[in-house]
Amino acid sequence: MSLARRVLGLLQGDAQADRVVPKRGHSVRLTLFTSAAMAFLAVFALAMSLAAGRLADRWSEALARSSTIRISAPAAEMEPQTWAVLEVLQQTPGVESARALTDEEQQGLLEPWFGPGLPLEDLPIPRLVEVIETAEGYDGEGLRQRLAAEAPGAVLDDHTRWRRPLVQAAGRLRMLGWISLALIAASTAAMVTLAAQSALAANERVIRVMRLIGARDVYIARAFVRRFTLRAAYGAAAGTVLGMIAIAILPRAQTEGAFLTGLGFAGAEWLWPLILPLLAGLTAFWATRVAAFKRLRRMQ
Amino acid sequence: MTEAAFGRGRAVIELKDAGYGYGGGTLLEEMNLRLTPGSFHFLTGPSGAGKTTLLKLCYADLTPTSGEVTLFDQPSHQMSRDDLAHARQRMGVVHQNCEFLDHLPITENVALPLTVSRRGGPGEDANLADLLGWVGLAGRKNALPPELSGGERQRAALARAVITDPDVILADEPTGNIDWEMSLRLLQLLVELNRMGKTILVATHDLSLIRAAKAQVSARVLRIAKGRLQLAGADL
Ligand SMILES: Nc1ncnc2c1ncn2[C@@H]1O[C@H](COP(=O)(O)OP(=O)(O)OP(=O)(O)O)[C@@H](O)[C@H]1O
Ligand SMILES: [Mg+2]
Repeated sequence: MSLARRVLGLLQGDAQADRVVPKRGHSVRLTLFTSAAMAFLAVFALAMSLAAGRLADRWSEALARSSTIRISAPAAEMEPQTWAVLEVLQQTPGVESARALTDEEQQGLLEPWFGPGLPLEDLPIPRLVEVIETAEGYDGEGLRQRLAAEAPGAVLDDHTRWRRPLVQAAGRLRMLGWISLALIAASTAAMVTLAAQSALAANERVIRVMRLIGARDVYIARAFVRRFTLRAAYGAAAGTVLGMIAIAILPRAQTEGAFLTGLGFAGAEWLWPLILPLLAGLTAFWATRVAAFKRLRRMQ
Repeated sequence: MTEAAFGRGRAVIELKDAGYGYGGGTLLEEMNLRLTPGSFHFLTGPSGAGKTTLLKLCYADLTPTSGEVTLFDQPSHQMSRDDLAHARQRMGVVHQNCEFLDHLPITENVALPLTVSRRGGPGEDANLADLLGWVGLAGRKNALPPELSGGERQRAALARAVITDPDVILADEPTGNIDWEMSLRLLQLLVELNRMGKTILVATHDLSLIRAAKAQVSARVLRIAKGRLQLAGADL
């Protein structure tokens, strides 16, 4: 693509064109510092997005839309209450299917705890009913009340359902992360534009001399564009490295469910921040280019 | 001044009834001038007469307020920025105030027109050294423009004007601050270039320089007086 070629050409560049713009002037140092700071922030926004994404994925898998009803009743009532529960479930909107676990399945569940050969029939083990809900889900409170009326021994255990709003929050958080990244990019563009404008204004005489000796506007613009693109990329590289180090040395508690411990990059995700200097360079490239041509058009 | 007086054929630069005034006034009126290829012109006139202004019209730093100026057959007021850049790459200009990039050493300033027109190369480095030696700046090539004397700057400006081997050379007081010996040397350079077919226009106060030149080439001498362009008489 011609853009890639243009950026590449810019980087291996015309070092002479770069020298045409005096090195002094704080606009360049400002660019270096701001893009470093922005990249540092961007690393965290990126980490937050990725972590929130991971969390949302993990939790929504865990949701799996299933819950259990546990029926504890004297042996004689066990059978009728189980039927009653299944009956209620059948009439409950939002329930896709329901099924009582067989003795073998219950035994399988208990085996890890009590070992094989458990005499199930001799123990007052509650009967388990597995409920699969539809995507919309059922009304937990309503179901609980009807169960209490129809089968007093039945207890609805929907422990995974409380995560539903958390999954939503995680999804929202991921989106906020991406929005932050976009805002950081926009701020970088705005800052580079201001810095480039001030550099262009300060170097009006340089531009005039360049024009007098036959420099085309693209050549003059390129001198500024190259300067700012490289500075933004270098600054962002430094900021990215610092941000990645900061994330790498975050303390990592293993406590299940502690949200903050998930902040960071996992495996190949560590490659993601490496595109930040590239993005910063591209942003600066376009911002300076637009500012330069605007200025050059106005300077007659 | 009639066109016929300046010869026929295509003009490198041509002023057709061109006039110019700063801020609504009139400084120059009805200027007619054809710089035909290979011609050599001097431009004189009292200080403030408008010599620099006329040169600026010639390299399209100013566009005429009346009439028109053509550069390589293109009217200057119709040229795009790129057209203008290309035209200027074919011209070498010694500006009265030299116009250097003050942060670059003289040698880079002199080479800048090559870089800008992407004609730089290994062969040009030797050229550059020769040229700096010719104008007597070999020992000062790493100095910054503000560190040079007025005469050194003018010599550097002339070197920059000729480095690209341009078709036309416009020089505004190129010997203003230079001793007679060096002036003759620069004149020699201009005469050589003219013999190679370059079109040359030199604005100067220095009548002895003009006399020295007329001994070597057939140069026309123009004078700006009261806003008009005249052919100077035999009094020179
Ligand atoms: N940018 C400008 N704005 C207003 N007036 C100007 C400007 N440049 C030159 N002038 C005026 O125009 C007149 C001609 O100036 P110009 O520089 O062309 O004269 P010159 O013949 O080159 O003089 P010199 O021999 O001193 O170099 C002068 O009176 C000058 O004050
Ligand atoms: Mg002058």
